[in-house]
Amino acid sequence: MTIIEILFWFLSALALFGALMVVFSKNPVHSVLWLIVVFFAISGHYIVLNAQFLAIVNLIVYAGAIMVLFLFVIMLMNMNTESEPQKSKWLRMAAALSGGSLMLILVAALKDNTSKVTGMFTAEANIGLIKNLGKVLFTDYVVPFEISSVLFLSAIVGAVILGKKENSTTHS
Amino acid sequence: MASLTNRSKVLEQTPLNFMERLYLPNIFKGMAITFSHIFKKKATISYPEEKRPFSPVFRGLHVLNRDEEGRENCTACGLCAVACPAEAITMEGAERQKNEEHLYREEKYAAKYEINMLRCIFCGLCEEACPKDAIYMSETFAPSNFTRQGFIYSKDELLIPDPTTNKEGYEAARGLREAQIKK
Amino acid sequence: MEILQIDLFLFLEKLLLIGGIITFSLVIAMYTTYAERKVAAVIQDRLGPNRAGPFGLAQPLADGLKLFFKEEIIPLTSNKVLFIIGPALAMMTAMLTSAVIPWGSSINVFGRDVSLQIADVNIGVLYVFGVVSLGVYGIMIGGWSSNNKFSLIAAVRGASQIISYELAMGLSLIALLMLTGSLSMKTIVEQQMSGGWGGFLGWNILYQPLGFLIFLICVFAECNRTPFDLPEAENELNFGYHQEYSSMKLGFYLFAEYINMFISSAVVSTLFFGGYDIPFVNETTLAASWGGNIVAVMGFAALFAKIVFFLFLFMWVRWTIPRFRYDQLMDLGWKKLIPLALANMLITAIVILWLNK
Repeated sequence: MTIIEILFWFLSALALFGALMVVFSKNPVHSVLWLIVVFFAISGHYIVLNAQFLAIVNLIVYAGAIMVLFLFVIMLMNMNTESEPQKSKWLRMAAALSGGSLMLILVAALKDNTSKVTGMFTAEANIGLIKNLGKVLFTDYVVPFEISSVLFLSAIVGAVILGKKENSTTHS
Repeated sequence: MASLTNRSKVLEQTPLNFMERLYLPNIFKGMAITFSHIFKKKATISYPEEKRPFSPVFRGLHVLNRDEEGRENCTACGLCAVACPAEAITMEGAERQKNEEHLYREEKYAAKYEINMLRCIFCGLCEEACPKDAIYMSETFAPSNFTRQGFIYSKDELLIPDPTTNKEGYEAARGLREAQIKK
Repeated sequence: MEILQIDLFLFLEKLLLIGGIITFSLVIAMYTTYAERKVAAVIQDRLGPNRAGPFGLAQPLADGLKLFFKEEIIPLTSNKVLFIIGPALAMMTAMLTSAVIPWGSSINVFGRDVSLQIADVNIGVLYVFGVVSLGVYGIMIGGWSSNNKFSLIAAVRGASQIISYELAMGLSLIALLMLTGSLSMKTIVEQQMSGGWGGFLGWNILYQPLGFLIFLICVFAECNRTPFDLPEAENELNFGYHQEYSSMKLGFYLFAEYINMFISSAVVSTLFFGGYDIPFVNETTLAASWGGNIVAVMGFAALFAKIVFFLFLFMWVRWTIPRFRYDQLMDLGWKKLIPLALANMLITAIVILWLNK
């Protein structure tokens, strides 16, 4: 086993364990912290794939910003097992069913794709480096990129409108 | 609202102009001021090594005086105890014996002389009342002790050093006293 | 993949370097606490600590020993695991950034060129951001797990402050990265060294004064230093997020703050002030006559001098400017710094395009 393989198995195990702990933790704050561990493991995977830029951006955006906001909300809501209402049996059944079918689809979709994935990995080993990534983003994928930026802009505008105090003119 | 006294001042509050709203010039001004303070004379006095100069009338802990031959000045007349507004001084007089001329200057002396430093208010009236220049107030201050009993100073603790046995200590104590009188 | 054949000497060399830098930053952090007290004192016309050792130089040791011998208190209703993880995380994130800072050019030891940088990653600046954005967890976890309302308020304040200022910080740096065209710290330093007047004209501060100012303000905010020390505002929140901590766990939090100061001074010096560049001296000609090792050590000394200046600036500002009110803090971050940084970015881009034409 090479170091890369050892790293891969270690990170995969860590990611899976973290993901399971996210689900099984009683305390929501613990769930969030385990989710951060998962993000770290995924970032580790990115580094193993020589995509340092993605790894770091994953950390900055997900672990550094989004999870902090999650943590924020959960800490302020002070949720615990007593105050959390129990979901009904039907709802739980439905959740299990939909989750299971999602997994089925994923497995079905990825079952035959192993050869393609390895092919991509060897062909473009430097795809994750910032220079190549930037070139690809602003040439091949420029339309989706710009569309997603419009999406973000609308999100920002929405947040501003929600957060803005109502004008006194609307009251009069 | 009508003014009650006609002395109230109306505060002029103009909106800040651009330079003021930048805040940076004022921050730099403030930083220049704090920087200049680095080179200013420090107000600290490193206490045990350096001491603040006392005023000539400073009233510290009491000292019982001796003359040049080492004889105690105090005659246990009790004037200091009478003068004391806090009633901090107690004494007992005794008569001088034949072979004690080198110890006491007059025929009568204080066999016991105690000042309770916790009661004392350091007013200096005892010093003024004394006709024999026997008690005066030194520049020692801030006594410390573990018990209240320790603050009742006995005669041994109050007496200045004997010039016949401890010349230097006596000179030092007298020198302080003389300097104080001269001022 | 080259990672498979790890050179044993490289491994040893990096291990030594890591150990050295960690020890170095710990010692510096220790003496920064001393310097802070001394600077505070002289600015307030006092003498400062001068009893422990000559000029009070043993004071940080005394402080550290005191912290070690204090009783370790873990509140009964706290979340014990997280309560312990909190300070550890704060310390760890404080130390992590030092890995990508080039502390000097390479030195020659026994015929081997040893780079004075732990890892020359090609995304060095982003790495710094990543670690900084994780720094908030030390505060949040510590504040929440204490199960104390003041700690929680302080943690929430700290987290929102750090997130807000991270944005302006990143935007101000983008303008700089447009100039350098590289994310590697080492490349950025080398570009600055190649400027005129022995490197001085290459310093990024000359091309990005506004970017520097924004970055500096954000660094102050990220380090939770006065004027932005709301998370530990003594007079409103008792002691802030580390209120329930005692002994060395408290020491870790306090220490992490000083390590953060040290590392961010190093980052500012590297990005804007030429890193280990000695101004008005051409290093390559000097290295030819004096030998590379001496010049490398001198370069490190130059970097260190810059760091010390910024540490002093941190303290100087702390003892000059009062604390912001919370809405003022958010106002400054979102409504002033971010638009300014965006404008700076635009202007830089336009100028670069115009000059290239």
